[in-house]
Amino acid sequence: MAEAHYSLTELMTVAAAREILDGEVVFAGTGLPMLGAMLAQHTHAPDCCIIFQAGTIASQLAHLPMSVGDPRALHGAALAAGLFEVFDYMLQAGKVDVGFLSGAQIDRYGNINSTSIGQYPGQPKVRFSGSGGACDIACLAKRTVIIARHERRRFPRRVDYITSPGWLRGKDSRAKSGLVRGGPSVVVTTMGVLRFHTETKRLYLSSYHPGLTARDVARNTSFRLDIQDAIQTPTPTDKELYILRELVDPERVFLR
Amino acid sequence: MTSKLVELSQAAAMIPDGATVSFGGFTTQRHPMAFVYELIRQSRRDLYLFGHSPGGDWDILIGAGCVKRVELAYEADEAFNTVGTRWRLAVQRGQIEWEDYSNFSMVARFTAGAMGLPFLPTRSLLGSDVLKKQALSDEQRRQDSRTSPKKAHVMRSPFNPEDKVVLVPAIHTEFAVIHVQKASINGTVRIEGQTFADIQQAMAADVVIVTTEEIVEEQVLRQEPERNALPPFVVHYVCHVPFGSHPYAVYHYYDYDPIQLKAYHSSAGDDRLFQDYLHRYVLEPQNHAAYLEAIGGLERLETLKADPEFGYRADLKRRS
Repeated sequence: MAEAHYSLTELMTVAAAREILDGEVVFAGTGLPMLGAMLAQHTHAPDCCIIFQAGTIASQLAHLPMSVGDPRALHGAALAAGLFEVFDYMLQAGKVDVGFLSGAQIDRYGNINSTSIGQYPGQPKVRFSGSGGACDIACLAKRTVIIARHERRRFPRRVDYITSPGWLRGKDSRAKSGLVRGGPSVVVTTMGVLRFHTETKRLYLSSYHPGLTARDVARNTSFRLDIQDAIQTPTPTDKELYILRELVDPERVFLR
Repeated sequence: MTSKLVELSQAAAMIPDGATVSFGGFTTQRHPMAFVYELIRQSRRDLYLFGHSPGGDWDILIGAGCVKRVELAYEADEAFNTVGTRWRLAVQRGQIEWEDYSNFSMVARFTAGAMGLPFLPTRSLLGSDVLKKQALSDEQRRQDSRTSPKKAHVMRSPFNPEDKVVLVPAIHTEFAVIHVQKASINGTVRIEGQTFADIQQAMAADVVIVTTEEIVEEQVLRQEPERNALPPFVVHYVCHVPFGSHPYAVYHYYDYDPIQLKAYHSSAGDDRLFQDYLHRYVLEPQNHAAYLEAIGGLERLETLKADPEFGYRADLKRRS
């Protein structure tokens, strides 16, 4: 096989960007989600609206922010406000179509832990940053896209702490918890793209990245993963790669 | 018109050990860092901090041993350092008490405090362990009136029993300290760019201390009242502190300082190196002017100044 002319980060960014539809309201986080949202805006979704939780609405980024509160998030924005306006009027009110999430652990129902590893409360073995806005996005966006590094320990049977609720225990358990909408639609990982069965809400493998097999992905997942319908992940187009490298992140802030 | 101008050291001296405090800003933006450094110089102890997404303001205070308990959603410098290093170590070593919320629920709590309400409802948190689990025991909560006796409460709407919401308790702090772009000596405040939750935090505090990049004539601020954030009567003290948020960004004034952030992040994971950092940049410089000299003086600051066109430094080297 000829050597790939794109990196893993580029492949994942393009896969994430393709989850954004034109005209959608996107709640973007730091890193790969920003790359994806900006790429979508420059390609197939010119009318998507990028919102950052720290208070900017409908940004037209010229330089990649390194924080959702970065002054760079103000560039071309329709509105600058604060967390209150974004969380209350946008997210809680149901105006956000798609939000991005990531974390240290993800289970088969797309529940995410970004709080701590080990027993909780008490003394966790490893402490992370905590929810930030992740729990709120998971609860209140119409759907979420999860970005993750694919390792066995990061895809355990159960997460140690549900920072961001996914489909909880599957089936209708999310609706029963009182959450009014939302739920994860896809998990883009370093090995493939995973989606949720309509009924059971369990993850299955939708596609594996070039150079890997479906079994490679299953072997790196702690729970049983349905791989039978998996195909190879579509590769980035030359146009997508050009825009990503030249317009979105020429500084290589996040692109590797 | 009353002048509320005080020196930074005087303002910091008003906060006693054990006080409840919130600081303005968001991760790598607009934290009142000069004020935080002054609290460390004055060896403040047992602070109770409340915040949504603090960054190095809390991290260095925690590392310097100034903090007893925090209620928060997030503690990190985002893409510069994805978990606050001293925060992580303090938790893992059992040196700090904390409670986890989310950004939305913390902002709802400040907003309740700002509105004079005991709580606010939110549709967030349902189904999560942020709601189901707590890091502070009921006993710890009962023993200390600075913490709400209950973390959160789920209820059904009295108007429609199908509708479930989570009530989160109001936050009132004794102090809020915010760093802004412009203020008058009387305390009218203008914030440029995102306001984060600074307004709610200020409104939810008994005493509001404002540190500002610029002092502007009251009448000038009053020519465009729609651009102002706080009226003078809620602000008690004003400190004039140019570059008062360094190494963090202040929209229209200067960018974050990647060199200084790297120096901090590469020291923070090691106790001895962290002490060296504290001595070199906080304890040995006697005041903010000396701090600015210690980090490289005008030569460094010149490289951070915002381009008027963008409000940040477009050619800043962020990955070295």
